[in-house]
Amino acid sequence: MGTIAAFDEIMGGLDAAAPRPELAALQRWLDHTPDTELRRRQQSAEATFRQLGITFAVYGESDAAERIIPFDIVPRVFLHDEWARLSEGLVQRVEAINAFLDDIYGERKILRDGILPPDLIFGNPQFRPEIAGMRPPHGVWAHICGIDLVRTGPDDFFVLEDNARTPSGVSYMLENREAMLRLCPELFRQFRVAAVDSYPDRLLATMKSVAPHGVGEPTCVVLTPGHYNSAYYEHSFLADSMGVELVEAADLVVDDDIVWMRTIAGRVKVDVIYRRVDDDFLDPLVFRPDSMLGVPGLIAAYAAGNVAILNAPGNGIADDKAIYSYMPDIVRYYSGAEPKLRNVDTWRCREPESLAYVLDHLSELVVKLVDGSGGYGMLVGPTATRAQIEHFRAALIAEPHRYIAQPTLALSTVPTLVESGVAPRHVDFRPFVLTGRNGVEVTPGGLTRVALREGSLVVNSSQGGGTKDSFVLMPPEPDSWVQTQTQTQMSQIQMQGDR
Amino acid sequence: MRIAIEHQIVHRPTLRGKAVVQMLRLTPDNSDDQTVVHWRIDVDCDARMRSGRDGFGNAVTMLYIEEPVEAVTITATGDVLTSDAHGIVRGSNETLPPALYLRGTAATPASEAVTAFAAEAVRHCDGPLAMLHGLNAAIHRRFANDGKAAAELLSVEEAGPCDLAHLFCTGARSLGLPARFVSGFVAGEHDARPHCWAEAYVAEIGWVGFDPAIGLSPTDTHVRVAAALDAAGAAPVAGEAWGDLVPLTGETQ
Repeated sequence: MGTIAAFDEIMGGLDAAAPRPELAALQRWLDHTPDTELRRRQQSAEATFRQLGITFAVYGESDAAERIIPFDIVPRVFLHDEWARLSEGLVQRVEAINAFLDDIYGERKILRDGILPPDLIFGNPQFRPEIAGMRPPHGVWAHICGIDLVRTGPDDFFVLEDNARTPSGVSYMLENREAMLRLCPELFRQFRVAAVDSYPDRLLATMKSVAPHGVGEPTCVVLTPGHYNSAYYEHSFLADSMGVELVEAADLVVDDDIVWMRTIAGRVKVDVIYRRVDDDFLDPLVFRPDSMLGVPGLIAAYAAGNVAILNAPGNGIADDKAIYSYMPDIVRYYSGAEPKLRNVDTWRCREPESLAYVLDHLSELVVKLVDGSGGYGMLVGPTATRAQIEHFRAALIAEPHRYIAQPTLALSTVPTLVESGVAPRHVDFRPFVLTGRNGVEVTPGGLTRVALREGSLVVNSSQGGGTKDSFVLMPPEPDSWVQTQTQTQMSQIQMQGDR
Repeated sequence: MRIAIEHQIVHRPTLRGKAVVQMLRLTPDNSDDQTVVHWRIDVDCDARMRSGRDGFGNAVTMLYIEEPVEAVTITATGDVLTSDAHGIVRGSNETLPPALYLRGTAATPASEAVTAFAAEAVRHCDGPLAMLHGLNAAIHRRFANDGKAAAELLSVEEAGPCDLAHLFCTGARSLGLPARFVSGFVAGEHDARPHCWAEAYVAEIGWVGFDPAIGLSPTDTHVRVAAALDAAGAAPVAGEAWGDLVPLTGETQ
């Protein structure tokens, strides 16, 4: 296994002798806190997660139906100005995603202007003709985006994937922060960390802002496929923290093109649905007829403008891996400016020249299935065995259109508590971006995933990755008497603890 | 031609004891060669109906029945004026570009057997229109009276009434020509019956109808109701296979 020279987020460059000045305090904290103490705190956090039931299911492992994602006690820190620049890029990207979806299911100007090859859209199963011509209330399509990023330098962020369907992981952002506030309060005295605990309120405000026209006080619900879903904890957590009902398809009924929720007190009209079920399972009359998870008539209610669905049906065309390589053109087209966030160079194996290059450089590249996710069906060239490489070579030659390839990036590292002590491990990042009627906002935090195995670049939880808290620093305090948000949070935690 | 249609469907909800929510595609649209003089949909129980459009631009009627029912009889009645346009469709409501209709579906998957059949059928044809007529005629000749042969080609147990149209769509797409499934009615000597055929897109002409059941293009006997990638997308009752419709009778007044 090769090791890749990478940017360390605390130490800076590979050969740096001292930590980056803004993060010296974190290094000092690491130096002064014994590993045994870090380990004790980490175990305490994981015990809480297990109690809460923050588990996920690994597909294909019957014995591990209830596993928790390992939590790492060492936070990852974004400086204020780094974050400000990253946020600008995220806002631009998510605005472009929304504009693209509104266009591609509407006028399709981007095709007329020759920016994208039409067969890329019309031949793509993620483009759903069933909802062509329908427009979500207020023209917002991708209300909740989880943009997966990797970092190779202080301001060098690359988008790996735009998740514009039903991105999960936000409950980890919130639970990890709670754990850190409880277990490492001293860090929040050292650093002015932006609060993330308002996320459920912001999400609810986003939902209410896109309610159909003329609805005074909208009724919002979270629609889950049920408790067998790997993200069920998150569905119930979000519904609970927003104070809205968690419903399954059987709880909803459509009548007269209006969505109703069955309650013991009778029917309640539903205006906004945060759905965590895939398009295929939304409405058996329009999508899969065999779907028991669906609500018959939901799309008719949506087409009539009587309900908002978050995220909108049909969004898969915006975050499809085949579309990904065109995202810089899409951002340029709709924003009229250069993309502030870069894409990873991508070879489309369906193009013969690219395929030839990829086959010649398999040991340097990451090869991915166009329609895969969760780290399944993926080759990481530099760390792969000969047999794995040959297996992929055969697969590529047989079905080149199913694959893309990217250079292996030197993912940044963050100190992480492992068996041998604290050591650098590669990380990625998923910030959560909300889009409502009044525009786009970036939650100051996110989900940092860490590859716990030395040298590994695969951070997916299904492949043995863990998570960390992600600190976003606020600008230096203007007045000493201003109570910071983190102090507010901590006193709340204290009070909760006292109860 | 003035075509009087009275079409009855008995729908038996699969979920017993529940409110009925159904999507119907039973209303023809006006086009340059088709004028709906009057049209109505009736049901034999207490129901609410809402009209709208699906993603393909077809007129749909949402049917809501609050009280659970064993069966509901849906009757579509109306008069439609048609003129013969040699199969050319003009003034139809289009929401999607022809390029979309090149994709296969579960009911119309690309297959080597169909591709080979289509290639053979158009071997001596020059230009897309001639190829489509060649394909249509070949399907009619080979399969119109031999469901078994069609089932064999499609590797299914039994070929249903919409499989000729499916076969046409798959074949045309394999030739690089956009094609879609059409559901509607066809006037016979005494009555108008539900029927299905196909349409293919020819540059500079537009959408052209092909009816493999007769081996010709539709005429003024055909009333066009809905078009989609396959039978499921154009089904008169969403989620119900064509053959399940009971009874398939219509009476001319």
